[in-house]
Amino acid sequence: MSKASSAAKIAPGDNSTLAFDVERVRADFPILGQEIYGRPLVYLDSAASAQKPRQVIDAMSQAYETSYANVHRGVHRMSQLTTDAFENGREKVAKFLNAESSDEIIFTSNATAAFNLVASCFGRAHLGAGDEVIVSVMEHHANIVPWQLIREQLGIVLRVAPIDDDGNFLLDEFEALLGPRTKLVALTHISNALGTIVPVKQVIDLAHGRNIPVLLDGCQAAPHFAVDVRALDVDFYVFTGHKVYGPTGIGVLYGKRDLLNALPPYMGGGDMIASVSFEKTTFKDAPHRFEAGTPPIVEVIGLGAAIDYLAALGAENIAAHENGLRTYAEKRLGQVPGVRLIGTAREKASIVSFVMDNAHPHDIGTIVDRAGVALRTGHHCAQPLMQRLDLASTARASFGLYNTRGEVDILAEALESVSEIFG
Amino acid sequence: MDDLRELYQEVILEHVKHPRNKRTPADANRHAHGHNPICGDAVEVHLKINGQGVIEDVAFEGKGCAISVASASLMTEELMGKTEAQAKALFETFQEMCTKDDAKVSDGVDEDALERMRVLAGVRDFPMRVKCATLAWHTMSAAMARKDQVTTEAEGSGV
Repeated sequence: MSKASSAAKIAPGDNSTLAFDVERVRADFPILGQEIYGRPLVYLDSAASAQKPRQVIDAMSQAYETSYANVHRGVHRMSQLTTDAFENGREKVAKFLNAESSDEIIFTSNATAAFNLVASCFGRAHLGAGDEVIVSVMEHHANIVPWQLIREQLGIVLRVAPIDDDGNFLLDEFEALLGPRTKLVALTHISNALGTIVPVKQVIDLAHGRNIPVLLDGCQAAPHFAVDVRALDVDFYVFTGHKVYGPTGIGVLYGKRDLLNALPPYMGGGDMIASVSFEKTTFKDAPHRFEAGTPPIVEVIGLGAAIDYLAALGAENIAAHENGLRTYAEKRLGQVPGVRLIGTAREKASIVSFVMDNAHPHDIGTIVDRAGVALRTGHHCAQPLMQRLDLASTARASFGLYNTRGEVDILAEALESVSEIFG
Repeated sequence: MDDLRELYQEVILEHVKHPRNKRTPADANRHAHGHNPICGDAVEVHLKINGQGVIEDVAFEGKGCAISVASASLMTEELMGKTEAQAKALFETFQEMCTKDDAKVSDGVDEDALERMRVLAGVRDFPMRVKCATLAWHTMSAAMARKDQVTTEAEGSGV
């Protein structure tokens, strides 16, 4: 995790760098000019879904207006132009993750679809009754429920790596779970509810020492810092378009080429076959084997534009900006009477979860909403984590590249009004 | 702030600080567990209904937001001593109040009860919070119907 940890360790507190002008960035996001109940929108829910810059919106509109057809079909000019733009999007994603080849990039409809794909295909190829898959207690439901569906079918065993009360991933306890029946480790890179950065490089080294492949959920990591799948030597990596400032309807599964080509197809249909007859059908290699039917064409083009946008700002600048906001928010919110931060791991990304003594997260969410502040409240699709922390829910502020310290102050003031109402 | 003040009225905050009938009666004969999967909140409602269909005791347990706790607390006060038919009419009326500006009042619901329940009608302006206000009532209704589970979202089998 060399790139990731160096980015995460940039000194906190610096709101902008020479290369990163947050006001200029904000001007790229049309929605940030909206008002909510007559107040400026303070959008602190990017971990749920990020807003879109003009560059992404324009790239998608332009595709529909100037060069749109189906891909990988037909010899006509429009189809060729669209196919080129679509496959160029795949190249951009490969570069974004530093994959060896764009053949290792599979497009899905979202991250959840990618997890289900791996669970189904890896399960059928490699898992049987009594085989073990290790997840962590911090997983999003999207990396729990697909494995439970496979457990129902194949009789696998799900083992759960623990955390401490601050939300730190416990590497020794994880290592103790690795055993002769462990067939896959499927972990989050960054917890969506706590912001904990999992020491994934150590996890991968431990697992590979026993020839166990590793799948990482990069949904929160990909928008925050540079991810290098080859430096990590990770086997499967998942992220989603809409959290990296791209469109919805597009998810990404990275897989090492040999691992992918050893898996059976996920869905059957057009574009994934080499030849079809009623007696026998043969399949293409990855990535097309896993992309049956018309893909999310313009969404891939939009995702490519989002990746260009992030690259122009610079991953290290984004991480530094967001870490500055996060440490400022932890300090500022910590000063509001009755606020208790949830998740104070040593290594954290731009997520601040909290509860208040006298106010339920739902009431917090409703009250700050009237101040224009969009917060996520609830269990964050991580109910096992909430049970581990003995909480029903938390309020969560998550920061994107367009947020400012001024917005953190507005949140803190809104939380003070929550305290006033509930006393 | 005005509609926030309307939602979080003093009466509601007082119920949150001092919930009425928050206990588990030993002699209750109807129970249900209510659950809102969206926020994770849960409530247990206990009823003691006698042979004449009169609610002799009603109580609740659970954790939740201010709106759901205040609603459960208010509900127990309204239902004490009512018949099952009256409880049903109150529930229908309360649901109307939480969702419509021109709420239809069911037969047999008196003005005083309406006035007391109206403190929660502010949720009309907060559509995301209506389920918080009605969770306890749905759970009570399930208990009366001898269903032991109810949820604000449709739920089927699991893995």
